[in-house]
Parts: sequence; structure tokens; C-alpha cells
Amino acid sequence: MPDPAPRREGCALVTGASRGIGAAIARALARDGWPVGVNYRADQAGAEAVVAEIERAGARAVALGADVADPGAADQLFEALESQFACPVLALVNNAGIAADNLTPSLRDDEWAAVLDTNLTAAFRLTRRALKPMLRARSGRIVNISSVVALRANPGQANYAAAKAGLIALTKTAAVEVARRGITINAVAPGWIDTDMTAEVSTDLLAQVPARRAGTPEEVAACVRFLASDEASYVTGAVLTVDGGLAA
Amino acid sequence: MPAVTSEQVESRVIETLASFGPDASQITRDATFEELDIDSLDLVELAQVVEDEYGVVLKGEDMKELKTVGESIDLIVARAE
Repeated sequence: MPDPAPRREGCALVTGASRGIGAAIARALARDGWPVGVNYRADQAGAEAVVAEIERAGARAVALGADVADPGAADQLFEALESQFACPVLALVNNAGIAADNLTPSLRDDEWAAVLDTNLTAAFRLTRRALKPMLRARSGRIVNISSVVALRANPGQANYAAAKAGLIALTKTAAVEVARRGITINAVAPGWIDTDMTAEVSTDLLAQVPARRAGTPEEVAACVRFLASDEASYVTGAVLTVDGGLAA
Repeated sequence: MPAVTSEQVESRVIETLASFGPDASQITRDATFEELDIDSLDLVELAQVVEDEYGVVLKGEDMKELKTVGESIDLIVARAE
């Protein structure tokens, strides 16, 4: 019989968790004892299905609608989650992300801005908000979902890559600022993961992946679960690639 | 709501600073943050406590100007009025 999940002093917020990698992360953290806020922007039914699945497994979760690109979303999400579970948010996973691909000569200002807003600025605002309860608790885990394209060029994704690389720089800087308070901040950089978001990615890319297959959301979630765990207490400012060797 | 008194703020500031490490007996009005080994992150936390309890927002530039415990108390009391 597996060890029982540890009792948590706080709860966890996963942004963009109605499907794909975010949903897998929410399920993994819930299995690890975290009461989880399952954030969604548009797919309420998807988020509620994730919550129902977590509850069926005997853990706690709540669906929280908000567009993280909205400047008020951080306060709204934290207040809702903290009141729902009557505990501070001590784990944050910045997973919500969008793509608006175009080759750089054709990349429009609105495509650049939308991707930076959701994938980078929102993560900054949520991180800033999360550090309040974490500093008070002298404990916290933040995991930012970056991407292998932050480390290895992928034509057509200048905006996405810039945001994801910015996320790594944010991760490292903030990690160093708060390390002495028992708070860790790390990034996970998935490669080609089998999700709706990558459904249209050319299969030619597969030939470049040393593992010769796409990864699964669960393989990414396992790394996030570890980084959010007590065992990862001395890991901070790190970037963990989950890419079948693509960036190696 | 009555304005907060200097004594109330002093007591709360000392309690908060003591939670960062220095012995409460060392935390006098004239003590500098440098002497107390209170760093910039500690002051960010102090600002959060002050904002939560007194509704006084201390910005980064406010905190940079503060050198002593007494200066921080005086600023919070003045802003709370």
C-alpha cells in the first residue's frame, strides 16, 4: 500500500489546469496531499471534470475561473482559494499559457503582447502575490512551466520563446531573493508533450527527439510534484527539462 | 477608527523585527537596520505587516530611505494619521 499523502499546511494553485499538462499537475498535487485550486479561463466543464476526478480519489479541489492575463486575477484567485480551504496558498504552479505562432517578420504586436501577458506577466503577478503568504509561512513552492523552446530555437515562436525564457530568468532571480526564507522557485521546461496545444505540431519534430516519442502530461506533472514536495527543499532556481533529451 | 498610537506601532515593529532574528533588547529606536542585520527582504516583510495591520502602504522607495527603527516607526505613524 502506498504511503498516505502528507498533511499540508497550505493549498496549491495551478493555473490553466482544465486540461493537458495543468490538469495532470493538479491531479498529481492532489494525490500528494495538496488541496488544489484548478484555474481555468474558458473551459469550466473541463476544470470541473478535473475537480470531480480529484474528489472521487478522496482529495480536495475547487475550480476557479479567471483569465490570468487580467491584472486583478492574482488577488481574486488567491482570496477565493484561501477562503475555500481556509489555508494559505503555499504552492503555485504557473502553467497557464497560450501560443500565437508566426514567423518573426509576420508576428503582429497583438500576438506578441497576448503571449507575453499570459505566459510571463501573469506569472510575475501571481508569483508576487504568492510570496506574501509564503514569506509569512517561511515556506513555499513555486514552479513555473517554461518550455524547451526557451533553450532551443523553434521557428515561428519568437513570442512564446521570449516569454518562456523570461520565465526562466524570473524563476532564477526570484528564487535567489527568497531562498533564505525556505521558499523554492523552479522551472520545468517540457519539450514536445502530447496535448491539444501540440496536436498540430509537425510530426517531423519527432525525429529530432532522442527519445523518439512525445512525452505525456503525467511525465511533466511528476517533475512538478517532486519540485513542490518536501524532498525538493534544497532545489531552487533550477530548470528541469522534460523533453526526451531534445535540449541535451 | 482612532489613529494608531506611536507606542502601538513601536511595539508591533519591534515584535516583527525580532521575528527576523535580532534580540528584542537590541531593537531600540536608534538602532540601525544594518546593525540589527535586517536586510531588504526583511523590510519588504515589515512593509507587508504594516499594510495588513494599519493600511499604510510603504513602497520600495520609502523603505530605501529608512535607516533606523525610529525612522520606520515615525513614518508609519505619520502615514496612518
